Amino acid sequence: MSNKVKAAIIGPGNIGTDLLMKAMRSEVIEPVWMVGVVADSPGLARAAEMGLKTTADGVDGMLPTMKEDGVQICFDATSAYVHEENSRKVNEQGAVMIDLTPAAIGPFCVPPVNLADAVAKQAMNVNMVTCGGQATIPLVAAVSRVQDVSYGEIVATVSSKSAGPGTRKNIDEFTRTTAKGIEMVGGAHNGKAIIIINPAEPPLIMRDTVHCLTHDDPDQEAITQSIHDMIAEVQKYVPGYKLKNGPVFDGKRVSIYMEVEGLGDFLPKYAGNLDIMTAAALRTAEMYAEEILAGKFSPVAA
Amino acid sequence: MDLKGKKVTIHDMCLRDGMHPKRHQITVEQMVSIATAMDDAGIPLIEVTHGDGLGGASVNYGFPAASDEDYLSAVCKEMKNARVSALLLPGIGTVDHLKMAVDCGISTIRVATHCTEADVSEQHIKMAAKIDGLDTVGFLMMAHMIGPEELLAQLKLMEDYGANCVYITDSAGYMLPDDVSARVSLARQELNPDTEIGFHGHHNLAMGIANSLAAVEAGANRIDGSLAGLGAGAGNTPLEIFIAVCDRMGVETGVDLFKAMDIAEEQIVPMMEHMVRVDRDSLTLGYAGVYSSFLLFAKRSAEKYNLSSRDILVELGRRRTVGGQEDMIEDLALDMAKERGTI
Repeated sequence: MSNKVKAAIIGPGNIGTDLLMKAMRSEVIEPVWMVGVVADSPGLARAAEMGLKTTADGVDGMLPTMKEDGVQICFDATSAYVHEENSRKVNEQGAVMIDLTPAAIGPFCVPPVNLADAVAKQAMNVNMVTCGGQATIPLVAAVSRVQDVSYGEIVATVSSKSAGPGTRKNIDEFTRTTAKGIEMVGGAHNGKAIIIINPAEPPLIMRDTVHCLTHDDPDQEAITQSIHDMIAEVQKYVPGYKLKNGPVFDGKRVSIYMEVEGLGDFLPKYAGNLDIMTAAALRTAEMYAEEILAGKFSPVAA
Repeated sequence: MDLKGKKVTIHDMCLRDGMHPKRHQITVEQMVSIATAMDDAGIPLIEVTHGDGLGGASVNYGFPAASDEDYLSAVCKEMKNARVSALLLPGIGTVDHLKMAVDCGISTIRVATHCTEADVSEQHIKMAAKIDGLDTVGFLMMAHMIGPEELLAQLKLMEDYGANCVYITDSAGYMLPDDVSARVSLARQELNPDTEIGFHGHHNLAMGIANSLAAVEAGANRIDGSLAGLGAGAGNTPLEIFIAVCDRMGVETGVDLFKAMDIAEEQIVPMMEHMVRVDRDSLTLGYAGVYSSFLLFAKRSAEKYNLSSRDILVELGRRRTVGGQEDMIEDLALDMAKERGTI
């Protein structure tokens, strides 16, 4: 038995390729399949060069052999529209689905906040919310674990070059899913998400602003400490996660200004929005893999 | 310039862009009263929304006195001839907001993106174009930031998604008449002849009227403005002046000039919390190419952190910020204050 859990990546675009490069370094995940839909896509060619099996026939191209290839974890880096079908198909083959699209059919997972819960529940589909959600929900949670947050709002600003066609077609799903994540995982009573795409050259590093309105006057010292602790947690898998300014306290408003620089695995460092997504997805898969390797979890067909 | 006989559809912005200088605090009663008077004056199209579009209610942009739904349903049902439009910025509002606005009775939806990012409007424009009788407009903001050819490609995307009208929007009030002519005339040559072209100006360099005339000459037939210029920055093209100029030039607007002047003088100006005019800060917006609604945010941060609002605005322009990045202003002010030791 290999000491790694085998995984497939669906979607050989920017996110899928960046994820592949990170997964190649994992001690518990071994990527074995890359699934695409365009025969001459550079992402498929790159994956093939790295020794993965590839198909351009979508998930259907992998299904006949995925069980015998030992795939137990799949990542979906396609779009919200096709995710549900993809998930159903790989779940039937006994693989856990980690959803990087904003489809959000499974429970949300933001690693430093609730990864342990998701894994403990052995969910067969977990959703990574959105890039903006991964960058901001930990901070909403950092405030809400100190005191009641009646309203949480985030503004994610990403460079034009890092917003691929998926994000652009899915922009409403981004705002809806992120807002839901702010409530369900971040712990705010009401959530709102805003995304801005900026085409400046050189491209700007992903910026995120988190505004929380606390129910009572904010305990400034406790909230500041909690935010710094949470940032240190995220930095374990995204070293470029940085507090730029704040927390600013203004009445019941708590504002936090962040910058997220990526590792620059496949995409340039400014695309912290993609990096935090792939890093969080891999972190999630690794935790599942550890459970599988320890014999505590055996994914079965849903 | 000979514009005699041209027909222009006037689109008033007081109750949407004018929400910026009012910090989104225009009441439902004020909206109904102003819109009713505009209807009576023959203004054919009136925009009613949060300043930052449907769903703009937020810490980042400001919470309004009432919801978009309350504003729209109250105004739409009082209109006799005028039609009502709503603005939607994908990334802030969603198609759910769009459907709500349609249910309230709008006739026109304007889907706005930064000038290089038209493809984020695909979902919204396609959906709007399918709604029977809904006038569907694509609105490219900060259009000074790219050249005519590049802008045309983005306008074409919106046309392809199903917009029956596309706008060239000078959100920063930066353009000069030649800039407007170059963009509008190329669009007029290359777009489908049935596609209407609109121009939305800001008066930061006092070019609102001149730019709107240049737009009409180059083939635009919808012109945005607001009575008494109530809008972000130094305001929009002051509409009563534009209508007077149109009358003199023989351009048909269908608006009663004296009634328009009376609304400006008796209803809009008394409502202003500060004189909306070209002053040091709003002039800086136009000079530095900065999104007009940043004005009050920069003033507030300047005051809070002992900085010059002009310095903040110039830096926002240098960093090529785009519409919606209001959150950048306090962040930047904090950086500047630390650097200069003012906090």
